[in-house]
Amino acid sequence: MSISVKLKKGLDIRLKGQAEKILNPELHTLRYAVKPIDFPGLTPKLIGRVGDKVLAGSPLFHDKLRPEVVFTSPVSGIVTAVTRGDRRKLLEVVIEKSGDEFIDFGIADPTAIKADEIKEKLLKSGLWPVVRQRPYHIVARHTDTPKAIFVSAFDTAPLAPDYNFIFDNSSDSFFKTGLKTLKRLTEGSLYLAVDGRKEASEVLANAPAKITRFSGPHPAGNVGVQIHHIDPVNKGEVVWYVNPQDVIAIGRLFEEGRYLHERIIAMTGSEVIKPQYYRIRSGSAIHPLTKDNVRPGNLRYISGNVLTGSKIEADGFLGYYDSQITVIPEGDYFEFFGWMMPGLDKFSFYKTFASKLFPKKEYSLDTNFHGGERAFVLTGQYEKVVPMDIYPMQLLKAILAEDIDMMENLGIYEIAEEDFALCEYICSSKIEIQTIVRKGLDLMVREMN
Amino acid sequence: MNSLRKKIDKIKPHFMEGGKFSRLRSVFEGFESFLFVPDKVTFKGSHIRDSIDLKRTMIVVIIALVPAFLFGAYNTGFQHFRSIGIESGLFQNFWFGFLKILPLVIVSYGVGLGIEFIAAQIRGHEINEGFLVSGLLIPMIMPIDVPLWMLALATAFAVILGKEIFGGTGMNIFNPALLARAFLFFSYPAWMSGDKVWIEGLVTGGNVIDGFSGATPLGLLTQGEISRIPSFLEMFIGNIPGSFGETSTLAILIGALILIATGIGSWKIIVSTFFGGLIMGLLLNAFAVNEYMAIPAYYHFAMGGFAFGAVFMATDPVSGSQTETGKWIYGFLIGVLSILIRVLNPAYPEGVMLAILLMNVFAPLIDYYVVQSSIKRRLKRAKIAIKNQVK
Repeated sequence: MSISVKLKKGLDIRLKGQAEKILNPELHTLRYAVKPIDFPGLTPKLIGRVGDKVLAGSPLFHDKLRPEVVFTSPVSGIVTAVTRGDRRKLLEVVIEKSGDEFIDFGIADPTAIKADEIKEKLLKSGLWPVVRQRPYHIVARHTDTPKAIFVSAFDTAPLAPDYNFIFDNSSDSFFKTGLKTLKRLTEGSLYLAVDGRKEASEVLANAPAKITRFSGPHPAGNVGVQIHHIDPVNKGEVVWYVNPQDVIAIGRLFEEGRYLHERIIAMTGSEVIKPQYYRIRSGSAIHPLTKDNVRPGNLRYISGNVLTGSKIEADGFLGYYDSQITVIPEGDYFEFFGWMMPGLDKFSFYKTFASKLFPKKEYSLDTNFHGGERAFVLTGQYEKVVPMDIYPMQLLKAILAEDIDMMENLGIYEIAEEDFALCEYICSSKIEIQTIVRKGLDLMVREMN
Repeated sequence: MNSLRKKIDKIKPHFMEGGKFSRLRSVFEGFESFLFVPDKVTFKGSHIRDSIDLKRTMIVVIIALVPAFLFGAYNTGFQHFRSIGIESGLFQNFWFGFLKILPLVIVSYGVGLGIEFIAAQIRGHEINEGFLVSGLLIPMIMPIDVPLWMLALATAFAVILGKEIFGGTGMNIFNPALLARAFLFFSYPAWMSGDKVWIEGLVTGGNVIDGFSGATPLGLLTQGEISRIPSFLEMFIGNIPGSFGETSTLAILIGALILIATGIGSWKIIVSTFFGGLIMGLLLNAFAVNEYMAIPAYYHFAMGGFAFGAVFMATDPVSGSQTETGKWIYGFLIGVLSILIRVLNPAYPEGVMLAILLMNVFAPLIDYYVVQSSIKRRLKRAKIAIKNQVK
């Protein structure tokens, strides 16, 4: 008997540029990068230097506070660049691919070895960071034993890839092994959430985990929302979660002994000429995908979706956790009396634009702010897009006031930036809500440890 | 619009840091963003943002105020010509009233926006749109004959002491427009109450016909002259003396529909305020010991500023309750207190203004208890989890 949860709150943003269900063969990509900025709260320590020869699975840098957690090269080749930002902050380690060699981490049966051995294997191979935790939405602490592990096998974000399609084209065996591996790491349950609005792919429906069905608008697919409704994180408790395609990578590590962090991603957005699916490795340069495939103009390239993704350059790299690339127009233009116009072409959560009369229309939205930053004015709006028993505005104010007790009481342990991304989108005061949430989480990490 | 844009781009550097007029930067940005939605793009967080902003929000409230404003202008003329016994047409009434209200609107916006501009400049912020609505609300809740200097003083008081010292729009505790009214109500009561201030020209005497009374229905009720109050329909449509924008319940309800349909005004507050008023009215009916307490409860909706307060004042998101459960309680108590003060307190013929200001003070307390209940649920959940672990 599977658990079914129906959610009403939220918002599906209807964008143009949904990926067509066509899977392209792997493209030849020369450059790859691992970006420490993909891991919030991480203080990276570089291993090796420019010019080093690496194999797939060779460590590039590790967590300064937890040296066991290493981040490894996705391919074999040569380290060609180490990019640093302000105050010598490590931004990316770039590798130029040559050959297809990899470190052999050894085959193992996850059901036959100890949990500690499983962890060690994941840590060594560089696959450990795929396991993240609530509270704080950071790479999981390998010394903990979580009360449950969650995998959300669907994504409701704008233009998100269809996981049914992805799993129809992925290895069933690796996925099952990956799930069995994860099951060994918790004393509680392993949950797999599928989209209650569609029929789940066979691979997912028959997965060796407790299947939960969530239906509702975005953010129903966010793992944080699912945790909140199934097994919420209380103070002192820890829950882990893994992206579904990373489960496949874990399975491959145990079945083949190699670190191959590969996934199928959706190339999406209104400015993509042929939005389709591609099979690429994590950290891969996006240039081969965008070449001759985007419309002219000033464009924003995003690794991830439009709500939570990170801005990358046209010759940038896919993020460690992302299964989607979105390309939308930049919004650096002035609009005459824009705030007064009827707004037929403007998608909005609010009912003040004429576009509300066309509930099925799809929009090409750009990166314009549509206003200036103000204090909190409207109330009762954020609540409509956060399907959790949480008061978003009160929590945000507690974070701004750095009131630790209040943050704790109002549920900071249960949320991540992505759960409040829609608040940021709909905010009429244009407040940088995800930045505030991250600040709050970082503050909690410092205070509680 | 390109030529206009070019001109703005040309003068823009003078207002930026290091320019000749950099001290007027906020003012410049205020006007620029009024004409053009800026070209600012997202750089962190969500890459796309909703098309709404505070300007859009405020313009919706202003549109919602238009029916009450138009009727107010018409009624001002209608009452004036009636008081001097002259027959007048629809347009003549409207034009008379419009010319009377115009200076009030100009003074209110001039003083209020002036202070907002200065405050924004001092803080180095962009100019906030909050006063766009307050600036229109203030003249609409005043008697038409209020002297301009008084209006200016009240507006300055409300904006400076009611809003800016708390940090500007979004930070205020009290509804600024009501604060302006309360300021005049207590400082210059002769200009804010009685039988003469509600109709243009009555204060100075003029050609008023003999025996004409400019008393509002509430004034009549307080004086015990129940038999002289107009019919419900007349009061509902609004051909009665009163503050400029408050008389027509019909026009205000059209505004309420706009606010509710767009979701900008909280329907919960509007509905619960009316509900609270109705309950209090019925309670008074049940225990009626005088004629005033016995008037039908729904009469209260059409008299005085009840409807205007419920629709445009109580719904102010900043000074009102901020939680959804809280909004029900907040609105309900405003309704109850309004009618309670109105009927039982002989000193104040109208209670809406004071009820809303009082509930502005209590709104954070209501929210506190609503949020506490969520906190308690979370703590309880944690305790159960610990118990299960021990087992």
